[in-house]
Amino acid sequence: MMYGWTGNILRVDLTTGTTTVEPLDRDKAKNYIGGRGLGVKYLYDEIDPAVDALSPQNKLLFVTGPLTGTGAPGANRYVVVTKSPLTGCIANSTAAGDFACTMKYAGYDLIILEGKSEKPVYLWIDDDRIELRDAAEIWGLDSEETIKAVQKATSLRAKVACIGPAGENLVRFACVMNDAGRAAGRSGVGAVMGSKNLKAVAVHGTKGVKVADRAGFYQAMDAAFKTLEYEYVEEFHQTGTPGVLSLVHEFGVLPTRNFSVGVNDFADKISGETLADTLSVRKRMGVACPGCPVACGRVTKISTGKFAGQGFGPEYETIGMFGSNCGVDDFEAIAAANFVCNRMGMDTISTGNSIASAMEMFEKGLIPESDIGFPLEFGDADAIVKLAQMTADREGFGDVLADGSYRMGEKYGTTDYFMGVKKQEFPSYDPRGLQGMGLGYATGPRGACHIRGEAQDLDLYGVMNWRLTADRGLEVLDPLRSDDKPPLVKDVQDWFTMIDSCGMCNFMFFLMVDEDQMRQLIETATGVDMGGYEGFMRTGERVFNIETLFNRRAGITNEWDTLPKRMLETPMPAGPAKGQVVRLAEMLPEYYELRGWDDNGNISDAKREELGLA
Amino acid sequence: MDGRVLLIDEDKCTGCLLCMVGCSLAHVGEADLERSHIRVFQAAQDVFVPLTCNHCETPSCARACPTTACHQDLEHLRVIIDDGRCIGCKTCVNACPFGHAHYDEVARVSAKCDYCDGEPECVRLCQTGALSYVYRDEGSSEKKREAGAVRAALRRT
Repeated sequence: MMYGWTGNILRVDLTTGTTTVEPLDRDKAKNYIGGRGLGVKYLYDEIDPAVDALSPQNKLLFVTGPLTGTGAPGANRYVVVTKSPLTGCIANSTAAGDFACTMKYAGYDLIILEGKSEKPVYLWIDDDRIELRDAAEIWGLDSEETIKAVQKATSLRAKVACIGPAGENLVRFACVMNDAGRAAGRSGVGAVMGSKNLKAVAVHGTKGVKVADRAGFYQAMDAAFKTLEYEYVEEFHQTGTPGVLSLVHEFGVLPTRNFSVGVNDFADKISGETLADTLSVRKRMGVACPGCPVACGRVTKISTGKFAGQGFGPEYETIGMFGSNCGVDDFEAIAAANFVCNRMGMDTISTGNSIASAMEMFEKGLIPESDIGFPLEFGDADAIVKLAQMTADREGFGDVLADGSYRMGEKYGTTDYFMGVKKQEFPSYDPRGLQGMGLGYATGPRGACHIRGEAQDLDLYGVMNWRLTADRGLEVLDPLRSDDKPPLVKDVQDWFTMIDSCGMCNFMFFLMVDEDQMRQLIETATGVDMGGYEGFMRTGERVFNIETLFNRRAGITNEWDTLPKRMLETPMPAGPAKGQVVRLAEMLPEYYELRGWDDNGNISDAKREELGLA
Repeated sequence: MDGRVLLIDEDKCTGCLLCMVGCSLAHVGEADLERSHIRVFQAAQDVFVPLTCNHCETPSCARACPTTACHQDLEHLRVIIDDGRCIGCKTCVNACPFGHAHYDEVARVSAKCDYCDGEPECVRLCQTGALSYVYRDEGSSEKKREAGAVRAALRRT
């Protein structure tokens, strides 16, 4: 009997169409917890990291954490783990929503999808009944239509995760979409699902999740809800993630015109407050995922005009990428581009960033107009919507964009205008004004990312209620200082690894729960002793290191732990961060030393032994 | 248990389902949305309506019950189902005009809200104030005050 975990793995061989249920390995569960950690461990053990990401040899894992669906605050996430077709590194994209909890209620911690189906199929899981069904009729439908069609064919109570046309067309940054508008967004996990000819996974579950120590779990839950910082939560109800935009602009790190500058004169036109007052359907109140007190979700509606429509979003990153980074100040166009990405199942960050990169290359004369079909200049609101659709369909110039801006740069002779790390595009924070973020970007195992070690939170909000800052006696942090960042970035990365592994949402840790509360939640739910704060953080470190190990075996050396030339050499031209570059060369050696890695970024034998990595 | 009722303000509901998780944890000891006595009905992308037993004064479910398992607890002003006497015939589920009583497929009996004996778990966990446990008149008087304010404002203009 396992608590917290359900103890079952569902293995689906798409080539032969057979399904088997296996018991979960207890030791792996204890050492890697679940979600991101457990998924990476299973993938690392089962595939050769050097395989082609879009080949049948790659596997696709859906993994929940031990807290998913238990009622712990914000514990509603699942992780899609695979090898990324965009970066060639490990890909682990998390998403929240009913799908994650329902997968747990159906009784599975992991769903492992192997091989490749001959024709399009979808997977229907109704507790113990598992079926692979023909998906010929739904192939080609967008994500919202797919969810409706699958629910109609299976059960209206089924929760569905699927790919849109972008995933079918193997766009290298396609997402897995679930519950209309939630996305396992980055690194192209949707393309891997598309390469396996798997259109959707539908689940319905009635089994529930048991916790080991109910009284203790209740106590830990109450403690977590009590620490909730209602002031911040109120802000999130009102403006959601777009509310961050004004703050980011204040720091002078809002990417503008393909990361050429961090401030602009139209930031208030695309701020969260403007969104709440104009397009937002539910004025000043959000929509929540299961078990979440924050309710950051937005629903927006454009009533009239060429962009008319309704849907989820846009989130801050989307506004930053399609908005300021493309020089667009038309909120309706940003929302419309977001709707296109949601329906097609495509990462808004990579899409927006790639379009901005193409805009700069066009203006510099590196991409001829004949290739694009029209002049592509910064600030062209119609172009972002049009190009997003073309990218999803791989039509015309969209075929180039669909491979990401790094490959686009290679095609046109220079990757200087690619803004990202390890071939994955930056999200909406210019690292020149946030030194910690620069180091976080460069060393992240899945490339440039804002949620694998939220270094930007340290830099933007100063010190949180985290033990890793409290133990150091820190009160204020200066985002422009680099000498104090390496130890902080390392610890934050390990800490956020644990968050992704247990199945909780990052926002919980940003608003309420600290390390000890979270450890208590895991311990009371699973009945496993984590070994105090030390053991807890070591588990995070173990997961982070096995991800890096996966990358090294996939042939991604530490040469990729770097930033674009613009971030390292061109000083920020204006704003509060004026004159800054990322001082990566100062931070990286210290960071490697703290990690126990050698100068080549390889994990030392002593470190491996300490963490129990083979 | 002093005759208080559960008041629902759907405008404040974010659809987080904490009430459902809490309800099932309290009643069946595990998180399972299908076994919760309160349900959040999603009417549109951004419209959520929490629904639970109204504890009617003339309860159709109790009248329909062939074994009197489903009965009115007059002392505490609520309608409850006695597990021991329930034969799982689901007549109460059909009889309820609002569809509130439900059949628990694991326990194989009908189940419904019992106000958690005076400390409703759903209300305790609700983070936005969409659910509250109030004296009967408090609920309506709040709405009355709002309606009164609207009328007063109209008079002034």
